[in-house]
Amino acid sequence: MALLSLHKVSKRFGAVEALCDVDLELRAGEVLGLMGDNGAGKSTLIKLVSGNFAADSGEIRLDDEVVHFRRPVEARRRGVEVVYQDLALCDNLTAAANVYLGRELKRGVGPFKVLAYRAMYRRAAELFQALKSDVRETDLVGKMSGGQRQAVAIARTRLAAAKIVLMDEPCASISVRQVAEVLELIRTMRSHGQAVVLISHRMPDIFDVCDRIVVMRRGRKVADKPIAASSPEEVTGLITGAIAAA
Amino acid sequence: MNRFGFLSRPKGQAIWVTFALLIMVCLLSAMSEPFATPANISNILRNFAFIAIVALGQMLVIVTGGIDLSVGSVMGLAGVTTAAIMSRGCSLGFGIAGGLGAALAFGWINGYVISRFKISSFIVTLGALSIGRSICMAVTQGRPVSEFGPDAELFFALGGSELLGIAMPVWILLGLALALSSTLRLSAWGKHVFAIGGNEHAAELTGVPVARVKISVYMIASLLAGIGGILLTSFLSSVTANLAEGYELRVIASAVIGGANLTGGEGGAYGAVIGALLIEVIRNGLLLLGVDPYWQGAFVGLFIVLAVLLQRVRGAKGGA
Repeated sequence: MALLSLHKVSKRFGAVEALCDVDLELRAGEVLGLMGDNGAGKSTLIKLVSGNFAADSGEIRLDDEVVHFRRPVEARRRGVEVVYQDLALCDNLTAAANVYLGRELKRGVGPFKVLAYRAMYRRAAELFQALKSDVRETDLVGKMSGGQRQAVAIARTRLAAAKIVLMDEPCASISVRQVAEVLELIRTMRSHGQAVVLISHRMPDIFDVCDRIVVMRRGRKVADKPIAASSPEEVTGLITGAIAAA
Repeated sequence: MNRFGFLSRPKGQAIWVTFALLIMVCLLSAMSEPFATPANISNILRNFAFIAIVALGQMLVIVTGGIDLSVGSVMGLAGVTTAAIMSRGCSLGFGIAGGLGAALAFGWINGYVISRFKISSFIVTLGALSIGRSICMAVTQGRPVSEFGPDAELFFALGGSELLGIAMPVWILLGLALALSSTLRLSAWGKHVFAIGGNEHAAELTGVPVARVKISVYMIASLLAGIGGILLTSFLSSVTANLAEGYELRVIASAVIGGANLTGGEGGAYGAVIGALLIEVIRNGLLLLGVDPYWQGAFVGLFIVLAVLLQRVRGAKGGA
C-alpha cells in the first residue's frame, strides 16, 4: 500500500499551469528521485505535498486517507518533513536549538515548565553522531560550514521521525565528502522505513541512491520508472524534451 | 558557554559597554567632585531606572527584528490615564490597572496590526506614537494633573520612596530585569523570540507561533513603558500631556548601545540596563562638568553611532 499517493493533481498560478494531472505513488522505504528543468513543477509538487497550499483539483492520500493540508504544520503532524534548499535555519541559535525549534523539550511541573537544555543537548549530540557529522550541538549555526548546516537540517527530520522526507537540492552547495554523507544518510532513512523524495540536478547522486525516478516537464509527469530501467542519457532527454515520454 | 545557568549570559557588546561605563565613572569621579557623592549616585540610579525599565521591552522588540517608536507616548498615556482615574477619587489599584490596561491595549494593537497585516513595525508604531500622544492631550485638555485623590501619598511612594537607601524604581527595575532575563533563557517563548529575529521565515516553517509571539512582545514592551510612565508620574507627583515626550530615542539608544542588533536576533536584558546606565552617566557627567545642556543630545547621539560601529567591527571579526 502506498504511503503517499497523488491522483490527477493540478495547480495553476494565474495563467501558468504549474502542475497538470500528476499521478504519483510513494511507498515506505523508497527513495524517489524527482528531476526536471527549472519551472518543470518540482518545487510546486513539493510545496503541495508539504502543505504550503492546496491543489486546484485532484486528490492527495496519506496512508490511503484523503488529506487537505492548508498549512505546513498540518503536513508535519502527519509525518511529512521538508529539508529546504536554504535550510530554514536560524544563524543566531545553536545547532541543538535549531534541531528542537518548535518542539522544544521541557521539564518541570504544571505552569513552571523550563527548557530541558541538558536533555536537548544530549539528544542532539546523539543525532549528530548518528549522522557521522562533526557538528557540535552547542555551536552557533551561523559559524558553520555548508555541510554542517546541512547536517543540522537533516537532524531536524530525524528528530521528527518523519514518515516522508522531501529534500530540495540537499547536495547543491556542499563538499564531496559531505555529499557522500548525505547520500549515506538517505540510505539510512530508507532502512528505517522512511520514504524520501530527492529533488536534484546532480545525475550521479540520483543514480547512486534512488530506487525510482520521476521526470517532470512543463508541469506534467513524463516518466516514472525504476532507476535500473533508465539511464542518465534517457533522463537528460526526458528533461529537455528530446524524448517525449518513457 | 553558560550552558545550564538560569540567567542569560551577557553578550559581547554589553561587556564592552560595562568597561566603557567603568572608565567613564572613574574619569568623571576624578574630573568632578560632586559626581561620586551618594546624593548624585542616587540621582543617577533613579533617573536611569525609568528609562531602563522601558529599554527592557524595547530590547525584546528589537530582538524580533522590529522597533517600537511609540514607547514614549505609551509612557505618557499610562501616566495620564492613571492620573485621570485617581484624580477622580478612585483608589491606587484602579488607577494603576487603568494605566497599565491602556498600555497593554496599545501594545496589543501594535502587535496585531504588525503581524496580521504585515506592515513594518516602524510605520505602525510611528502611527501609535502620534495617536498615543494625541490621546494624552485629549485626556488632559492641555492642563497638568497634580491631584491624585485619596491614595495620593501611596502613589507617590512608588516612584519617590527609597528602600535601603536605593530608590524604589531601581528595585522594580532589578526585579523586572531578572524576571525577563531568566524567562528569555528558560522558556521556549524566549527561544522563539530570538528565532523570529534570526530567521522569521525559518521560525514560521518550523511551527513557531510567530504572530502570537510578536503580539506578546509588543504587549510586553508597552506594559514596561506603562510601568515606566506610571513610576515617572509618581516621582514627579504631577503629569502633563507631554510626559516622556521624545523618550523613545533614549530608550532605543539604550537597547542598541547595550547590544540589541536592529537586524534582529541579538540582544539581552543586561545590555539594555547597562546601555541605559551609560547614557545617564554621560548626561549627568556633562551637566556636572558644566557642558551646555543643549549639547547633551550631540554626545548621546555620538555614543549611539560609536556603539553600532563597535558592533559592526566585532561582527566583521567574527564576534566577541
